[in-house]
Amino acid sequence: MIRLEKRAAPSRIWAYLTPVVAVLATMVAGGALFALLGTDPWQAIRTIFWDPIFGEFAFYYRGQLLVKAGPLILIAVGLALGFKAGIWNIGAEGQYIIGAICGAAVGLAFYPMEARWLIFPLMVIAGAIGGFLWAMIPGILRTRFNTNEILVSLLLVYVAEQILAWMALGPLRNPEGAGFPGSRNLRNYESAANTELFAGTGMHWGVVAALIAVIFAYILLSRHLTGFHIRLTGESPRAARFAGVNPTRLVLFCLGVSGALAGLAGLFEVAGPSGQISIDFNVGYGFTAIIVAFLGRLHPVGILLAGLLMALTYIGGEAAQATLGLPAAAIQAFQGMLLFFLLGFDVLTNFRVRFGARAAA
Amino acid sequence: MKKRTFLAAALAATMATGVAADGHEPTKVGFIYVGPIGDGGWTYEHHQGLLAVQEEFGDKVETMYQESVPEGADAERAMTQMALQGADIIFTTSFGYMDPTINVAEKFPDVKFEHATGYKRADNVSTYSARFYEGRAVQGHIAGKMTQSNKIGYIASFPIPEVIRGINASYLWAKKANPDVEMSVIWVYTWFDPAKEADAAKALIENGVDVVLQHTDSTAPQAAAAEAGGVVTFGQASDMSEYAPFPRVSSIIDNWAPYYIDRVRAVMDGTWESKDTWDGIAPGMVEIGEITDAVPADVKAEALALRDAIASGETHVFTGPLNKQDGSVWLADGETADDGALAGMDFYIEGLTGDIPN
Repeated sequence: MIRLEKRAAPSRIWAYLTPVVAVLATMVAGGALFALLGTDPWQAIRTIFWDPIFGEFAFYYRGQLLVKAGPLILIAVGLALGFKAGIWNIGAEGQYIIGAICGAAVGLAFYPMEARWLIFPLMVIAGAIGGFLWAMIPGILRTRFNTNEILVSLLLVYVAEQILAWMALGPLRNPEGAGFPGSRNLRNYESAANTELFAGTGMHWGVVAALIAVIFAYILLSRHLTGFHIRLTGESPRAARFAGVNPTRLVLFCLGVSGALAGLAGLFEVAGPSGQISIDFNVGYGFTAIIVAFLGRLHPVGILLAGLLMALTYIGGEAAQATLGLPAAAIQAFQGMLLFFLLGFDVLTNFRVRFGARAAA
Repeated sequence: MKKRTFLAAALAATMATGVAADGHEPTKVGFIYVGPIGDGGWTYEHHQGLLAVQEEFGDKVETMYQESVPEGADAERAMTQMALQGADIIFTTSFGYMDPTINVAEKFPDVKFEHATGYKRADNVSTYSARFYEGRAVQGHIAGKMTQSNKIGYIASFPIPEVIRGINASYLWAKKANPDVEMSVIWVYTWFDPAKEADAAKALIENGVDVVLQHTDSTAPQAAAAEAGGVVTFGQASDMSEYAPFPRVSSIIDNWAPYYIDRVRAVMDGTWESKDTWDGIAPGMVEIGEITDAVPADVKAEALALRDAIASGETHVFTGPLNKQDGSVWLADGETADDGALAGMDFYIEGLTGDIPN
């Protein structure tokens, strides 16, 4: 008989080991899945994990890794602050959308003026404010009326999607677009474009912002009083209150920061890789970032690595579809396995596996 | 051992991308799909086109595809990926791939691109679409004759000219067949989302609608209609014959195969050039799926006659006198709509209620 025994304290070794074990288990189980689909599992795993970094076309894929990982990391770092304190912002996708709309609207308002030094920074600020305000809705409802921020933030994603569709069809629609939905392409408007900082590297301002966010979050959590309050609230809300933590301020701080970062991610995406506000602008970064945050153990450096790993499964997964003919659903199942195994093995951090019958007490 | 298998796999991969039997490099053809190939609608038909290309050219072509590609930055990467893998021609099969297609085409001037339903072209980017509205007229006629409640519903995807044309064409011809007909439109803002499509169909049916038309790609509305009973539907983009003879009584089938074969051959011959193709019933790009026996014989005969009249050019779907929704004159008596007006259609015709979302 196998049973679980609670550890006195969470195992530090397992806390670091679970993500690695989860990735390995995903490779094994995913390989088996691919084999069942008639694809050589070695080749599939190689296409997903190896080729994008070291393969023939790595010069292109490495840059794309940054493009894909940038928004994930930026959003996940913000979410992790709240998650650590038990404040659950599930609606980063909505904040991402609103940030993109606000930023793009500012940029388009100036069209066709040429003043990059003014327009682009204003867009960045507008993007952050948009995401911040959208996150303040669940924040204030929670602190004022004690509503559940999980539900409110999640449902606001659907509201944001409707606003996005309205913007793409109405106020922000390209007047030269022959009546088709979608804004002007910001990438073709030099003063508003979030261009690659070095051509061909994929490195754009959003990636830079993500790296800065990682550093700031690290310092905040390890060196700053607010970081201490966040950790304390997560571990023991009662103790935190005795220690003088103001729960209202902490909720607003965590939601506000994560909202602003998600808004920034949206702005950098709409001004860069995506280029325009369209009905289908959002592709789920806000939700995937939740997985990234947990995969990275809610630690800023862990999130950096987890974001890159997640981006790798996306890019490698796409390559596997095109070159090996694997169905998209198999790739999604593969990514799902990653979270499944992570949560599964996470048990080992807090529990010890015992074999044999329980000893007589 | 492990290492050896690994190397063998790698070697096999290199061999697989080798040369064809006659010593020529196979022409590589890529497809970018917006939905899954099993959607039973739009993407399914494009994939049938891919299979037809394979069938036609055998080992002279190598095909690849990627399904469920979001319209945006991800699409750009998917196309770049195919171009890097050596694709000679890439078909991008959704409206939202327009800007990405143009961007990637700029970086790969030697690769040919074909964008479906868009309006931006370049030296190496062609556009193509089908005159679905011709099929809509035939559907509209059947719908007008089949409805008992005189209420027809329309599940619309996005308010772009292509979709608005379909609504206008169906309504116009339903009204001609049955002057008492009313049409309600629900916008679902998706090309493929079985849950949303089913909800929309149910909402329409609850409001007394007994004929549901759709501009979305799943068979969820058919399933909802079958469940409700007595509700007529039409296959969209694909035949959807698994719901025949009822609730699916006919369909519009997009037959892309001849076009795809044609364009791939042009690449092989070196005769490919950028152009805009907009074909309808006559060349076979739009087909009317079998009209089942659930439709009375006389209605079926009228519908087929209408199809043939459109194919021969005798009947133009939009012929005046025709007013816009606000009552202003669009087409004078006997005047037919030109392609420019159709391509940019952003208004309802007279008699339709509700607004186009804006």
